[in-house]
Amino acid sequence: MKASIKFQLNGKPAALDTEDDRMLLWVLRTDLGLTGTKYGCGEGICGACTVTVGGKAVRSCRTPIRNVAGKEVVTIEGLARGDTLHPLQQAFAEHGAFQCGFCTSGMLMSASAFLRESPRPSREAVVSHMDHNLCRCGAHQRIVDAIESVAIQHGTSP
Amino acid sequence: MVVLVSMTPEFLLADEGKRLYPEDFNAYLVIGENGRVTVFSGKIEMGQGALTSQAQMVAEELGVQLASIDMVLGDTDRCPWDMGTFGSLTTRMFGPALRAASAQARLVLMTLAGERLGVPLERLVVRDGLVSVAGEPNRSVSYAELSRGARITRVVDRKAVLRAAADFNVMGTSPQRLDALEKVTGTARYAADIRLPGMLYARVLRPPMHGAARLTLDTSAAEGLAGVTVVARDDLVAVLHADPESAAKALELVRATWRQSAATPDPDTIFDHLIAKAAGFTEVAASGDTVVAQASAVQSFETTFQKGYVAHAALETHAALADFRDGRMTVWASTQTPFPARAGIATALGLSEANVRVITPLLGGGFGGKSAFGQAVEAARLAQIVRVPVQVAWTRAEEFFNDTFDPAAIVKITSGVDRAGKVLAWDYRVYAAGSRGTTLSYAIPNIRIRSAGKNSDAPGATTTDLHPFAVGPWRGPGANMNVFAAESQIDIMAAALKVDPLEFRIRNLTDARMIRVLKAAARVFGWPTVAKGGGRGYGLACCIDAGTYVATMAEVKVDAATGRIAVVRIVCAQDMGIVVNPEGARMQIEGGLMMGLGYALSEELQFRGGEILDRNFDSYELPRFSAAPRIEAMLVPNNELAPQGGGEPAIITTGAVLANAVFDAAGVRLLRLPMLPDRVLKAIAAKGSAPTGAHSADPTHQVRADASRAARIPSA
Repeated sequence: MKASIKFQLNGKPAALDTEDDRMLLWVLRTDLGLTGTKYGCGEGICGACTVTVGGKAVRSCRTPIRNVAGKEVVTIEGLARGDTLHPLQQAFAEHGAFQCGFCTSGMLMSASAFLRESPRPSREAVVSHMDHNLCRCGAHQRIVDAIESVAIQHGTSP
Repeated sequence: MVVLVSMTPEFLLADEGKRLYPEDFNAYLVIGENGRVTVFSGKIEMGQGALTSQAQMVAEELGVQLASIDMVLGDTDRCPWDMGTFGSLTTRMFGPALRAASAQARLVLMTLAGERLGVPLERLVVRDGLVSVAGEPNRSVSYAELSRGARITRVVDRKAVLRAAADFNVMGTSPQRLDALEKVTGTARYAADIRLPGMLYARVLRPPMHGAARLTLDTSAAEGLAGVTVVARDDLVAVLHADPESAAKALELVRATWRQSAATPDPDTIFDHLIAKAAGFTEVAASGDTVVAQASAVQSFETTFQKGYVAHAALETHAALADFRDGRMTVWASTQTPFPARAGIATALGLSEANVRVITPLLGGGFGGKSAFGQAVEAARLAQIVRVPVQVAWTRAEEFFNDTFDPAAIVKITSGVDRAGKVLAWDYRVYAAGSRGTTLSYAIPNIRIRSAGKNSDAPGATTTDLHPFAVGPWRGPGANMNVFAAESQIDIMAAALKVDPLEFRIRNLTDARMIRVLKAAARVFGWPTVAKGGGRGYGLACCIDAGTYVATMAEVKVDAATGRIAVVRIVCAQDMGIVVNPEGARMQIEGGLMMGLGYALSEELQFRGGEILDRNFDSYELPRFSAAPRIEAMLVPNNELAPQGGGEPAIITTGAVLANAVFDAAGVRLLRLPMLPDRVLKAIAAKGSAPTGAHSADPTHQVRADASRAARIPSA
C-alpha cells in the first residue's frame, strides 16, 4: 500500500511516499542513497544490513519501511558525531577489525546497540551477541578485541 | 557462431612472466603539482590489504609519505595490465615491479634535482618527496616542482637499487590501513554502491539446475508491471526496473519450463563419479622407484582422503554496473580479474578491448570466487541492449548457484617407512584438486605424484564433463586438499610408529628453513604438550606455499557425545621473507585460519546433480564468532629473502592441523572433510567396535606391517 512515511534518519527528519511493505534496506540504498548498509543474504541471517531503530539493532533487509514510521533510524553513516568517530569506529580502525569491510557496517551497528544496553559485557557476552553477524574474511578475533576495548573504556571512565 | 575459446590469449597465459609488467615507471605513478602521488596498479583490494601494502612499497622506494599516496586499483584504462589478484602473487610477483618502478622514479627525480641544484647526486638526500643537499636543508627542490604533474620523460641509463630491509622506514611497519576510515564510516564504495542517473536494476532468470535447457518462456505477466523492461536474448533473460525490489517482483512473474539435466551425483556419490570420470593422470613429480621402495618398507600405509565442494561465500555477492555510451562500455565490477574481465566483456559484446573499460571498486571479499566475472558480462550485455546503465547484483541464492566451487576431490596415498622411521616411498594420486600443494617438504627418496581431473573451468562455464557445476580457484586452490591429505598421512605414519609427530617431521626434513619454522611454532605453542585428557588433543601441520613456509599447531576439544569439535587455540608461524606490513600479514594468517575452519569443520555444499540445494547461510554454515579459537600469528624473521606470498599459506594447513588434533584428542582419524559431528561420531563408534583399536575410519585406511620388523623401529 502506498503511504506517506516519516521518520528520523541519522538525526534528521526523513519523509517518503512509497509502498509501505518495501524493505528498509532497499529504501536506504536506493531512494536515500545511503549505501553503507549492505545486502548480504536478504533473509536476516548474515547481519550485513544491520541498522538501529529506536536504539535497537534490526536487520533492515527484513524490516518493512512502515515499521520505522515515527522512529529514530541510525545507519552507519550516522554513527559518528560529525567528524568525531564513534569509539567503536575508532577501535575497529585501530585494531584492524575488518578486512574487506563488507560486514563492517553491520558489525558496528550491532555492537553499538549492544554496548548501549550492556556497557560492560564479558568477552563471552560479546562473542555471543555478535554470533549472528557473519564475517567471511576471518576478522573475528580483532572484532571482539575492538569491541572489548571500548567496553573496557566504558567501564573505567567515571 | 561457435565459440571454441571465449577467453583471450591473456587468460590462457599460465605463466604471468609471459606478459611482462611495463618497464617505464610512468605507467605506475604520477606526481601531481600538489605533491600527491597517484599510484596505478592492476591488483585489486578485496580485504587482503593490497591497497595499503602497495602504497607502502611506493612510499618506501620513492621516498614520500604514505599519506601523500592515492591508489588507483584495477582500472583497465589507467593501470598497467595484470592477470588478476590471486595466488598470493601481489607482493611476490607484482611487488618487485612496483618497487623497481618507484626506485627508478626516485633515481630520475634525484638526477633532475641534482641538475637543478647544481650538485652531484651523491650529495642529495630525499625525505617526504623533498630533495635537498645533505647538510644544507635550505637548498632543496620538491618532487612536485620537478614533475609538475606530468609524465617524466628523463631517462637515466642505470637501474636503481631497491632499498635494503635494514633501511626501511615504511615497509616493515604496520600503519593503519588506508581503507580503514572509509570502511568504518560506511563511505567505502563497492560495485553495487555505484549510482548513475537513469540506471536500472536487473534480475536475471536462472535455471533450476545446472545443465537444464529452457523449453518455454512466458514474460507477458512481468511485462504488465509498470516500469518493467524485459530482455530475452538467447540464453539471457532478465527483467529490469528502476527499483531493485520491483525487478525482483517482476522476475517472480516470469514463467519458464526446463528440460532437467541428467547429472546425478550427490555429496556422497561424487567421489566414485570423479574417480570414474577424471581423465588419465599427469605426472607431477617422480624420483627413485616407489614400487621397489615399498617392497623394502618395514611398514606401509594406504589411505584415501576425500573433501566435498566448498562455496566462496564472500559477504558481497557478485555485482556490476555497466554504462554503454558513444560506443564504449564502462563496467564497474566486483572482480579479481579486471583485465581478463575486459577481454571477456569485449568478446561477449563484439567490441574491441579498447572500447571496454573495467573499473574495480573495493571488493567485499573474493577468495578466488571473483576470478569469474559472469555478472559483469551480464550487466554489459544488458546495458548494450537497453542503452541505459544497468546494475546486476546477484542475490545470495544466485551467488550459491553461480559460484565456481572449490571442487570435491580425492587423494590416495601409499607410503612406506624404513626401520629408522624415515619415509622411504610416497606414491600420491590426486583426483580433481589439481597439483598445487603436492610438492613435498620432506626428503623422501622415492616419490611418484600424479594428478587427474580438472580443478577449474574456463570463465563463464556452467557445467563440465567432470563436475556437475562449475568449479574454480578457492583460496589455496587444491592445496587445502593436498596438504590435508599429505600432512594427515605423515601423522598416520608417526602415530603408527609411536613417534611424536613433530619429531617425526623433523626426522624426515632436511630443509633447515622448515625446521626453523616448526621449532618457532613449537616454542610458542608449547609443543610437546602435556595437559591431555578431557577430550583435548593437539595437532600440527606444515607446508610451503607461494614461497612461504608455514607451520601451524592447534588445540581442539572433541565432545564424544555430540561429535562436535571445538578449536581452542591455534599458533601459526610463517617465514614469508621480508614482510611489507607485519600486521597485515598477521591479519591474513588469522583470516586464513578462520576461513579454514569452514572447509575443515562445517562447510560442504549440498546438491543433487546440477541442483544446488544450499541457497543461503541458514543451511550453509560459515565459521562464526563462537567457533573462533585464540589465534597467535607469528612471523619468523627472514630479511635475507624477498617478500613471499601471504594470502593462502595459513589456510592451507587448517584441514590437516585440525584432523591431526582430532586424532590426538579422540583417537579417530577423519579422512573426509569437513569433519561434521556425525562423521566424528561414526568414527568414534567404529573405533569402539574395531577389534584391534586401529585408528581406521571411513572411507578407507589400511596399515600393513610386519610386526616383527615394525617392533624394531626406535620410538622417540
